Amino acid sequence: MSLLAAPPATVKRPIMQPAVGRVLQVVKETHDTFTLNIEPPPGDPVARFRPGQFSMLYVHGVGELPISISGDPECHDYLTYTIRSVGQVTYQLVTRQPGECIGLRGPFGTAWPLTEARGKSLLIVAGGIGLAPLRPAIYHVLRHRGDYNRLVVLYGGRSPRDLLYRKEFAAWGMLPDTQTLATVDYGGVSWRGHVGVVTAMFRHVRMQPDETVAMLCGPEIMMRYAGRELESRGIPASRIFLSMERNMKCAVGFCGHCQMGPYFVCKDGPVFPFTQIKPYLDLYEL
Amino acid sequence: MATSQIIAALAHHPFLDGLQPNHLDKLAMLACEISFEPDQVIFREGDPSSFFYLILSGRVAIEVAAPGRFLTIQTIGGGEELGWSSLLDQVNKQFRARCVEPVCALAFDGPRLTAEFENDHEFGYMLLRKVLATVAERLRATRLQMLDVYARKSGKGESGQ
Amino acid sequence: MRRSFYRLDRSGLSLILDQLKHRGYTVLGPKACGNALQWRPLDCLEDLPGGLSTLLAPAQYRLQTGSETCLFGNPGGLDSIKAILHPPRQTITTIRKAGDQLEISQETPPAAKLAFVGIQSCDLAAVAALDRVLLQNGEADEVYSANRANAFFLSVHCTQSGPTCFCASMGTGPRAKAGFDIALTERLEGEQPEYLAEAGSSLGAKVLEEAHALPAPPEWMRQSTEATQKAAEAQTRKVNRQAARAVIDSTFEHPRWEQTAKRCLSCGNCTSACPTCFCVNYEEQSSLDLASAQRVRLWDSCFTLSFSYIHGGSIRLTPKSRFRQWVSHKLARWQDQFGVTGCVGCGRCIVWCPAAIDITEEFAVLEQAAGSAVTAGGSPHGH
Repeated sequence: MSLLAAPPATVKRPIMQPAVGRVLQVVKETHDTFTLNIEPPPGDPVARFRPGQFSMLYVHGVGELPISISGDPECHDYLTYTIRSVGQVTYQLVTRQPGECIGLRGPFGTAWPLTEARGKSLLIVAGGIGLAPLRPAIYHVLRHRGDYNRLVVLYGGRSPRDLLYRKEFAAWGMLPDTQTLATVDYGGVSWRGHVGVVTAMFRHVRMQPDETVAMLCGPEIMMRYAGRELESRGIPASRIFLSMERNMKCAVGFCGHCQMGPYFVCKDGPVFPFTQIKPYLDLYEL
Repeated sequence: MATSQIIAALAHHPFLDGLQPNHLDKLAMLACEISFEPDQVIFREGDPSSFFYLILSGRVAIEVAAPGRFLTIQTIGGGEELGWSSLLDQVNKQFRARCVEPVCALAFDGPRLTAEFENDHEFGYMLLRKVLATVAERLRATRLQMLDVYARKSGKGESGQ
Repeated sequence: MRRSFYRLDRSGLSLILDQLKHRGYTVLGPKACGNALQWRPLDCLEDLPGGLSTLLAPAQYRLQTGSETCLFGNPGGLDSIKAILHPPRQTITTIRKAGDQLEISQETPPAAKLAFVGIQSCDLAAVAALDRVLLQNGEADEVYSANRANAFFLSVHCTQSGPTCFCASMGTGPRAKAGFDIALTERLEGEQPEYLAEAGSSLGAKVLEEAHALPAPPEWMRQSTEATQKAAEAQTRKVNRQAARAVIDSTFEHPRWEQTAKRCLSCGNCTSACPTCFCVNYEEQSSLDLASAQRVRLWDSCFTLSFSYIHGGSIRLTPKSRFRQWVSHKLARWQDQFGVTGCVGCGRCIVWCPAAIDITEEFAVLEQAAGSAVTAGGSPHGH
């Protein structure tokens, strides 16, 4: 039985076809992590994103991967990605030279609830590379500072040399109504900051749980424990959000790889309210 | 610090949250204000356990000696406690505590405190409950830390092609 | 629409095929090919597997000579049309490197006009399920749309059930309720089969009228309903689909998953044979000089270790978890995701599993464990 033809959309790039972006700059953040600025085609919708969303980045001859956007959502001249070199595609991405082209699809997925969080305090809990998808949310809050109360950024990393955006992070901590705390699992002799897991930082946070929205991104174990801990400290699960990671090949719900129980992480996520994702976080090998 | 100030400091200390006023008074009688300079060592590994501290401000690193260097296991800051092993019998310090910032604390003589627990079981029970909660939290944190969740895992890297 | 009923003899049916070809359709039907019934272009009715029958059992498929003259027997013995609508291998984009520029071209599949002759009710339900995933799920899959948009379904109600069929309990058969342009009931009274034809779309009605089909005697309709009902009642396998979600939700840790996974080879045959399994992977295939690369889409299976791989390891490391993912998705999660069941009861996974793992048997054990062994899985017609 034939289908009624859908009204043709305005000229639109096929969903699996990347736009061509040009590498403007590659900045080394840590020994294995780099930040790339990519210039999209002028006026291309690929550059209009909401904090928390991701793109599919493609390297010719190598492949395609989902990478969170880590730059300023109000900058449309280039897109920023912070990438940890852990495999073939990420290695090829971070070793691009300015001027080279890569493919971009997106943006995809759900965003941090920044509209809903207006008038409230924000508690940002990041672990490792998880600070990258949260940075656009921080930029948004800093640009619209009057819309929010306190901003607290907790950041856990493996060791001091693994921490991202260190100068920027220190600068955020100097701003009024802003508190930043970084902690590492392994501190060297010269590290004068906190040593311990990020959940141990909650006791040092100055904010009211009843008017706080928490946004979490990091290793799944960290988010699971942090989510529970925040709940026990009075932040309701409905105001805790976390960003999930799963294997993604298409980013639009066709490939099936990112399924997590009833959800397709690529389009139902990556940002989920804790209430929604909590029942599935505890199921091993779901 | 006058006794009244010590009582106020104790009343505001998160570790003692919810403790009855008469128990706070009892603690205040035993408390002694103390401060440390950065890099000053509060106790060393192997020291007999004598003092229990409530940190008011500053940061202390709990360290363990390895050949050629010290490793920091954890840092403890204002609002936390330090040296709970002094509340146990016959246990020497297992780690070194070194200040990374100027530290202000209230110190309690371990044997005197435990003697008071023996005298007043309700006081002892209430305090040891607080200690147990802290120990449980530290244990949980240590277990998580052990997982090394941010590590670059072995394996073939990401699956993208 | 009001359904009209016609009678067709063999030549009338032949005329319908000609009509479809005349209208520009590539007419496809089940054909004996490589010792199995597969979808192939039909030249004439002789191409259909008249006189052949399939022997089906867990881990067993045999095509054998039968005595009957019907053209459309073999319930459950026919390949699904997934491989045609959602091809196992498809080039999506070609990307050429020109200097430091990338030139990207979309490999747009030509709009096809496909007519499927002899499709069974379970497979119509499977197409409806795939529509939800690939057309009505936000974005539309371009390849599937191109193949699907002008598809014509000349379906056949099953008046017999195969031993591995359980469509009645899934509410998807043996009688097709919707999704067809024309539905046939094959009648074997005389030497040659005759057909009751029911138009399911205005196009279907038009094709029937152009073939000068005569109205069917009223008792044929009753007989057709009785025949499909009998086929439903003959099904021995079933899944209590109303309870499926609750059963799956409450048995995540049940030892049965592990027990059965010990037999599972993680081969992915079930996902290939399944008419609704849609998962794909995208591969990069470069030319030797690296100047040109293609993004090739290939069927993938949740039974592979790499399917759930993220940096650090696979989420579903054990065969148990992958087997559980597949069964849970088919019987429960599909409901959450798409509002319909992901299992249409065609039984192909049972037939094609080399270890003879039977999803209905697995479900029965879990259902009993869940303590919600409700008897009926809907009426035989799945109303």
